[in-house]
Amino acid sequence: MLRITDLFAKVEEKDILKGLGLTVNPGEVHAIMGPNGAGKSTLGNVLSGRDGYEVTGGSVEFKGKDLFELDIEERAREGLFLAFQYPVEIPGVSNMEFLKASVDAKRKHQGQTELSAVEFMKLARETSKRVSLDAAFLKRGVNEGFSGGEKKRNEIMQMMLLEPSLCILDETDSGLDIDALQVVASGVNAMRSPERSFIVVTHYQRLLDYIVPDYVHVLANGRIVKTGGKELALELEEKGYAWLEEEAV
Amino acid sequence: MSDFQQQALTLAAKQQSPAWLAGLRTQAAADWQNIIWPTRKTEHWKYTPLVSLQKNIPASWAAASGNGRVDAEFIAVDAVRLVFINGVFDPASSSELPAEVVRFSQANAEQQAVLAEHLGKVIEGQQHLFATLNNAWLDDGVLVHVARGKKLAKPIYVVQVSSAREQTLSVNQRLLVVLEDSAQAEIIEHFISTAEPQNSFVNAVSEIVVGDNAQLQHYRLHLEEENIQHIGAVHVNLLRSARMRGFTLALGSRLKRIDYQVNHRGEGAELDLQGVYLPRNNQLVDYHTNIQHWVPHCTTSEVFRGIIADSAQAIFNGRIYIHPHAQKTLAELSNKNLLTSNKAEVNTKPELEIYADDVKCAHGATVSQLNATALYYLQSRGISRTEAEVMMSFGFINELLQQVPELAVQEYLLPRLAALFGRDQTLLAMADA
Repeated sequence: MLRITDLFAKVEEKDILKGLGLTVNPGEVHAIMGPNGAGKSTLGNVLSGRDGYEVTGGSVEFKGKDLFELDIEERAREGLFLAFQYPVEIPGVSNMEFLKASVDAKRKHQGQTELSAVEFMKLARETSKRVSLDAAFLKRGVNEGFSGGEKKRNEIMQMMLLEPSLCILDETDSGLDIDALQVVASGVNAMRSPERSFIVVTHYQRLLDYIVPDYVHVLANGRIVKTGGKELALELEEKGYAWLEEEAV
Repeated sequence: MSDFQQQALTLAAKQQSPAWLAGLRTQAAADWQNIIWPTRKTEHWKYTPLVSLQKNIPASWAAASGNGRVDAEFIAVDAVRLVFINGVFDPASSSELPAEVVRFSQANAEQQAVLAEHLGKVIEGQQHLFATLNNAWLDDGVLVHVARGKKLAKPIYVVQVSSAREQTLSVNQRLLVVLEDSAQAEIIEHFISTAEPQNSFVNAVSEIVVGDNAQLQHYRLHLEEENIQHIGAVHVNLLRSARMRGFTLALGSRLKRIDYQVNHRGEGAELDLQGVYLPRNNQLVDYHTNIQHWVPHCTTSEVFRGIIADSAQAIFNGRIYIHPHAQKTLAELSNKNLLTSNKAEVNTKPELEIYADDVKCAHGATVSQLNATALYYLQSRGISRTEAEVMMSFGFINELLQQVPELAVQEYLLPRLAALFGRDQTLLAMADA
């Protein structure tokens, strides 16, 4: 699914990723944990292709293709999905129109016809129910005036509609109360399948009680410094990150 | 006197008009002769040359008959509708008029008294040269007069259709709205043209008096296409605790110049004015707004947004003048512009003049790019860069459209503007279902 080899990246002339390596196979759930400033969000942004993140070394292979040869939108259509830590508010652009445009773009890419407005409406209403988001939110501007929890549920809804093969959740748990966290987690769990992989980026172990990972990696100082099973998360919760950061230097 | 001025006078002399308008017309004709024709050095016409207008010297008036059928699409609003085709009233597509609405030519003695009291009086001095011309050409118009404490049962919907003619037409439109104390009304002014190419010159002047504690919702929508030259103005007096909610929109055409002159004349008056302009190709739109705070405790909130595409040009001049006695004024003016081509041009100038010391005022004008983070967000969902840009451009004005209180106006404008941006608005409509 995804093979990251010796990845270096910088933001505003500052080196953030320094030789990161990670392989994700189909069906696996990988958690990436680490202290603030370790490069967790940078990884998601680099993988999705955001401007301002300069790759200075290494390679990323996504479903057998060189990821860096693809534009932002092409990566998305190929099945890469980044759930944003801070979903963007776009007043004036209706959520419904936005969702349909993204689904249509993906369908076209796969050689399918676009959905009719009626078909899409039905699909969107069903999906919004699955993430406990009132259908009224479909009419509003994209994320406009949504609460933190509503924004995250809107992200999961997009993920469900787009059915990506690789989902990167960037601190999806940040700013969520326990109810919203459960809705988000059960949405993710419902999407787990042998063909779909997840990278769950989080600062806290809490989310991993709900989305149980196959692997836990610790990202510190721009590299993966430790890898283990789900029990590693508990250990980190107890001991913090300092002992690993020291090892990493 | 310029050729244009001379021709305009000749035209005025040929007109038939009600005797009781003679005084106003004669005075206006005299004023018109003395107007010094603006050049590029004239501040108020700096960016809007009148050359193209002068090239098409008004040749004739539309004949009262033979206007043909109107195939214009009206706003689906349950309203009292008055349709004018090239300036001539079209009874066939108009509604029966309630007692509060009359054409000048049909005014009874009482209504003539209202006209005598207010017509031409809301316009400030002679600085509005085309308002002077409108007076000189005055032969008919619409009076809406709402008595004290009354609320109009339905909105008044005035449509001016410019339909194709071989020769250039001069269309003189006039509207006078007088709301007595505590009266309420909704007025929709709608300008459209049929699809055929044409060169008409539309001079449309509205005068509005909103009495003590009265409330007005006012729309002025300029949707005429390419070759139409429209010079229009809305002059308003707001009396004590009067409230006006205004919305205006202009698609581009060869020349479109719209002035809003609003006077806060009574304490506690409130103005909420929003505008959108969308010139494309080689079109031009020029909005000049001039809000005068003469008395204390009045509020102005003004928001204009424009998207300028291709080689089009937009001008926005927003003036708020706070006189020395106008303490406790609250005034806000925002103008945002989006240029979607590197040949597009906008000249924006907010002018805030404050001569009172206890006021709260803010103004801002920006010429912006689309938000890069939002573009990235849309792209990260598989939407192409180009489509994301179009979606966001439309979103930039849709934000204002969504706040239009009259839903029928919103429903009329949305699909038409969406079409300009290639957006499919069936989704929006269905979300309501």
